[in-house]
Amino acid sequence: MRVLLRNPRREITIDGRRRVHALLNELGLSREAHLVIRNGELVPGDGELNADDEIEIRPVISGG
Amino acid sequence: MKCRTCRNPAIIDLPRHNANFCAEHLLQLCRRQVEKAIHDHQMFEPTDHLLVAVSGGKDSLAVWDILRELGYRTTGLYIALGIGEYSHESQTFAEDFAARRGLPLVIESLRDDHGFDVPTAARATGRVPCSACGMSKRHIFDRVARDGGYDAVVTGHNLDDEAAVLFGNALRWDVEYLARQLPLLPARGGFPRKAKPLVRLTERETAAWCIVRGIDYIVDECPMAAGNKHLAYKQALNLIEEESPGAKATYYLGFLERMAPLLSGSSARRADELASCVRCGSPTGAEVATDGSTVCAFCRLSEKARGHEPVPVEMLMSKSARRAAAKEARG
Ligand code: SF4
Ligand SMILES: [Zn+2]
Ligand SMILES: [Zn+2]
Repeated sequence: MRVLLRNPRREITIDGRRRVHALLNELGLSREAHLVIRNGELVPGDGELNADDEIEIRPVISGG
Repeated sequence: MKCRTCRNPAIIDLPRHNANFCAEHLLQLCRRQVEKAIHDHQMFEPTDHLLVAVSGGKDSLAVWDILRELGYRTTGLYIALGIGEYSHESQTFAEDFAARRGLPLVIESLRDDHGFDVPTAARATGRVPCSACGMSKRHIFDRVARDGGYDAVVTGHNLDDEAAVLFGNALRWDVEYLARQLPLLPARGGFPRKAKPLVRLTERETAAWCIVRGIDYIVDECPMAAGNKHLAYKQALNLIEEESPGAKATYYLGFLERMAPLLSGSSARRADELASCVRCGSPTGAEVATDGSTVCAFCRLSEKARGHEPVPVEMLMSKSARRAAAKEARG
């Protein structure tokens, strides 16, 4: 799947399927500080991401 | 995963509520938390005209959206801080949001209206950008609220923001700041009432509100924020939150309920100790000079900054932030 990461904006590719929580753990990203979006919609922690999905992992922490 | 309320498929898990929610019931939860904050702290009267400080980020657009939905009369205030591309983009998000909903938006520009910007002010005064920025924003919120006759200034500070500030204040045992860290500050001595209706929502929840409601906001971080303490405190609290869900809410809301009342009265300067700035007329706690005049901190800052040649934002970014920005520009 294609994964868009932000701050800074970059894209990575992950092979195979994953649950959202597993993917965040794998990338070392806090569940409390991120949301996963597919086609403009939120995917919950146990949601299944498919090998051909395009997703965005959006950080929600802001530093101002 | 199923929604706790309706058993339809959930779109988000909220460990602190030990529950999952569909889009509709996530929105309901957010709305109710905001209503509870407004009610518990007696923030507004139904007829109040609220000045909402909007940055183009998720929190300020979410609070504006929710207050409008709840039926309040609102006007947005965007301050152009002159932080390069970040400022241009965030202004576009604020303007688009207002235009789409037919809401009034006041725009004030540091560069056009005051002759300087945040990077230049930081360089001219030797302060960190966030300090010059925060002071300028507060001054302008206060002044626009006073001149426009608004009943209160609303900001989008969320539970994570407040918990992180509380953490910092408690690390230093800064009693004066602790005593003033409240979701509602009443008007006093020419300063407007200030309210933070999002203090019962985490930033994950305010971001989710925006995504579900289709609100576009600036996701990129302000280039001046990199490496600031506030971010580090948030990360530390999130580590604790993951181990024990609900810890942030217990920490901050428990402070409001049990600690803040013990501190009331420790808040330093009282309204009768304030003077008027001879330049701009704002109330100020600044020292009175030997000639008897008082100049507020913002006017002193802008005098210094106006005399300085403009400093591009890149000059103030950390090396790592500059590298990241260059990489992003290359694509
Ligand atoms: S991160 Fe600092 S400089 Fe940037 S907008 Fe926030 S307060 Fe201003
Ligand atoms: Zn539901
Ligand atoms: Zn002044």
